[in-house]
Amino acid sequence: MAERPEDLNLPNAVITRIIKEASTCPLREARRAISQAASVFVLYATSCANNFAMKAKRKTLNAGDVMSAMEEMEFERFLQPLREALEAYKKGQKGKKEASEQKRKDKEKKSSSTDENDKSRDEEEDEHMDDEQEGENEGEEEDVEN
Amino acid sequence: MSEKTMEEKVEQATNSKNVSLPMSRVRLIMKSSPDVSCINQDALFLTTKATELFVQHLALSSYKNGSGKETNTLSYSDLANAAEETETFQFLTDILPKKILARDYLKSLEEMKKDDDSL
Repeated sequence: MAERPEDLNLPNAVITRIIKEASTCPLREARRAISQAASVFVLYATSCANNFAMKAKRKTLNAGDVMSAMEEMEFERFLQPLREALEAYKKGQKGKKEASEQKRKDKEKKSSSTDENDKSRDEEEDEHMDDEQEGENEGEEEDVEN
Repeated sequence: MSEKTMEEKVEQATNSKNVSLPMSRVRLIMKSSPDVSCINQDALFLTTKATELFVQHLALSSYKNGSGKETNTLSYSDLANAAEETETFQFLTDILPKKILARDYLKSLEEMKKDDDSL
C-alpha cells in the first residue's frame, strides 16, 4: 500500500511527454490534473476488469479482462491499438526469454569446456612424472654396471 | 501546426512497442483497489498502454474543444469542460470540477441555507 498520496500518481515528466506528443504545451495545472485523471483511469479500469475476472471465478486479472473493461468504459477506440501493442510486447518478451536461455546455455558450455581443459592438463603432468621416474631408474642401472 | 500532423504524431506514439509510464507505479495503483489479488503481466502491460492512450485522447479532445488553440496551450478549464461534455470522460467530473469564483460558491451556500430554513 502506498504511504503517501503522491505515490499513487504517475511521474509528471512522463505525463508531459505523452501530452506533448499528442498536442502542445500543457499548463502546470492541466498537467497535474491529467496526471490525477490517469490515476483515476487506472483505478476505474482495474475495478471494471476485476468484475469480469470475478464473474469468471478467477482470482488473477488477465489481458482479456482489461480488454473487456475498455469496451465497458466505452473506449473501444483503444482496442485495436492495444491488441497490436500486446502482440509486439509478447514478441519482445519471447525474444528476451530466448536470449536469456541462450546465455544460460552458452554459460553451461563454457564451464564444461573449462573442465575438459583441466583434465587434459592433469594427464600431461602425470606423463611428465612417469618420464622423470624412468630417467632415475636408468641412472641407477648405470651405477650398478660400473 | 496542422491537425493532420498532430494525428500522425499520435499514431506514431501509439504504435511504439514500449510504454513510457512505469509499470511498477501502475501496479501499485492497481493493487490499491480492493478485491484485486493477482495481476497477470500482460494485463499490467495493457493497462499501462491504455492509460497512455487515455492521456493522449484526453489531451487531444480537450485541446480541440478548448480555447487554448490560439495560444497553443492546454489549460485546466479545457480539461474540465471536456470532462463535463464528453460522455466517456464523465467519470472524471469529480476530480476535474469546473472552477467557480469563491463568492459565487458562498452565494450558493447561502441560498441553500435559506431553502433549508424555509422548510
